[in-house]
Amino acid sequence: MSDIDFSFDPNWLETLSVPFMTNAFIAGLCIAIAAGVMGYFTIARHSTFAAHALAHIGLPGATGAVLLGLPVSLGLGVFALGGALVIGALGKRATQREIATGTVLAFATGLGLFFARLSSSASQQMQSILFGSILTITDGQIVGFAVFDVVLLAVLTLIYRPLLFSSVDEQVAQAKGVPIGLMNLAFMAIMAGVITIAVPAVGTLLIFALVITPAATANIITASPFKAMVTATLLCLVAIWGGLVIAAMFPAPPSFIIVTLSTLFWAVAKGVSAVRSR
Amino acid sequence: MRDNGQQEQQDCIVFRDASIKRGDHIIWRNGNLAIPSGSVTAIVGTNGAGKTTMMKAELGLLPLASGSLTVLGQPAGTMNHQIGYVPQSYTSDIDANLTAEQSVLLGLIGARFGFHRISKAQRAKAHEAMAFTGIEDKSHYRLSQLSGGLRQRVAIAQALVSDPKLLMLDEPLANLDLASQRAIVHVLARLNKELGMTIQVVAHDLNMLLPILTGAIYLLDGHPHYAAMNKVLDSKLLTHLYGTTVQVVTTPQGDMFVTPTPDEADDVVQDTHAPQEVARFHQHAGHHADAASQQAAQQTTERNAR
Repeated sequence: MSDIDFSFDPNWLETLSVPFMTNAFIAGLCIAIAAGVMGYFTIARHSTFAAHALAHIGLPGATGAVLLGLPVSLGLGVFALGGALVIGALGKRATQREIATGTVLAFATGLGLFFARLSSSASQQMQSILFGSILTITDGQIVGFAVFDVVLLAVLTLIYRPLLFSSVDEQVAQAKGVPIGLMNLAFMAIMAGVITIAVPAVGTLLIFALVITPAATANIITASPFKAMVTATLLCLVAIWGGLVIAAMFPAPPSFIIVTLSTLFWAVAKGVSAVRSR
Repeated sequence: MRDNGQQEQQDCIVFRDASIKRGDHIIWRNGNLAIPSGSVTAIVGTNGAGKTTMMKAELGLLPLASGSLTVLGQPAGTMNHQIGYVPQSYTSDIDANLTAEQSVLLGLIGARFGFHRISKAQRAKAHEAMAFTGIEDKSHYRLSQLSGGLRQRVAIAQALVSDPKLLMLDEPLANLDLASQRAIVHVLARLNKELGMTIQVVAHDLNMLLPILTGAIYLLDGHPHYAAMNKVLDSKLLTHLYGTTVQVVTTPQGDMFVTPTPDEADDVVQDTHAPQEVARFHQHAGHHADAASQQAAQQTTERNAR
């Protein structure tokens, strides 16, 4: 088929009821919880670029894993975690070092390409790693995502206040006895996990719009950390589920719709708040 | 230094032969001073003289290279729960989405692990602190919606909420307009007078603080010195301290110090050195060996005579 067909698919409801769609919806929920909660901290810590970079640091891990015949998520997770711990050990300031982070990001992306070229199967998977493939998420991955979410929420219940304090005001938190080095490592390690489960949905390149943008939108709409986290989770969920539904109706990649919705929410919130503050 | 032991007990902060290094570089040495409880002290000195470093040492966040440092009767860092700390440029980088009330509450419960609900008593405590700094009506505003002066008052309320005995503020008046500066100074004056809080302020410009200051630590020539206020307001000393000509002017409101206008005569020779540079002179001259036992004022006289 050489002509591009943007026509409405009348059988979209049937498309939505197939098993891989169910998996995609459940995965979307898991991803929305993780991304919505951690996005707030990422913005508060000025670490959005570092978080974005983690996805790219994970890329050579992902393509390398394919090369070795291992699961993509495993390679991605190991590399992202390694990168996260190195950045975390360097301290919160390091996450704000844009030039060093950007350089490592570019190098890692290049390395990812190199690994991908070494095998034809990695080459084939390159596009889905870069841009996501939420429709191919397996039952095993869903279990992994759910376990991650449970662990994430449990850990956050424990460290919520010290993590918040050190994110908002590191110097005072340190003076008050918050172990800021540990908080930084914890944050970066959790972030590596969030990236690992979010990449299958939108890929390493578009992850910013899924993890950071909903949290930024929530920060415009609400005025407290907890409300912002809940709102970000809902926005993220609407973007992913909306993306799946619209992608079933029209022939467009889900990643594109997800990112478009997320960006649209942010733009509308930005616009409305700009008009109001006039 | 002090001649009676009773006074020693009441001292809030005591430095003994203290020195601080960053890498191989000595920031300052021969810190021998005692700051009385209930005082309002400014830490003054040029950029890079180690003012913020001194506060970090008092909080136990930076180790001393030598000597000892006692804060509220215990080694530095052990009594931090009784210290309110307002760091520098708190007001500048706020990306976090947080209300004034939530920010103040962090001062009370921010370091606690585990799940806790905020109790009514804790919330009342936060509102009490906000009322003291005059921002209670702003409690539900986001920090990003507040002006620099109001954010500084939120930061002070956050420091106050845990009922500290010592309040340390790093450049609390920087980048604020006159009215906001005055409001902050007024808050500090009340904290000192009504609650008897010991206050320490890092400041570039002493003028605004002069009415409430009881003394100053001046970081000069790589040594910290403490002096009561009447001794600090000496134009020769201030000129040396700030690295630019400073004159003390007596006004109906009290002493002020000013830097002269550009129409100053060209033949004025300023006695100015970077603190690190002068610290090296002293090192080579072996001056520091006996400096410990000297009164700050004597050293000043000695150097000025040289």
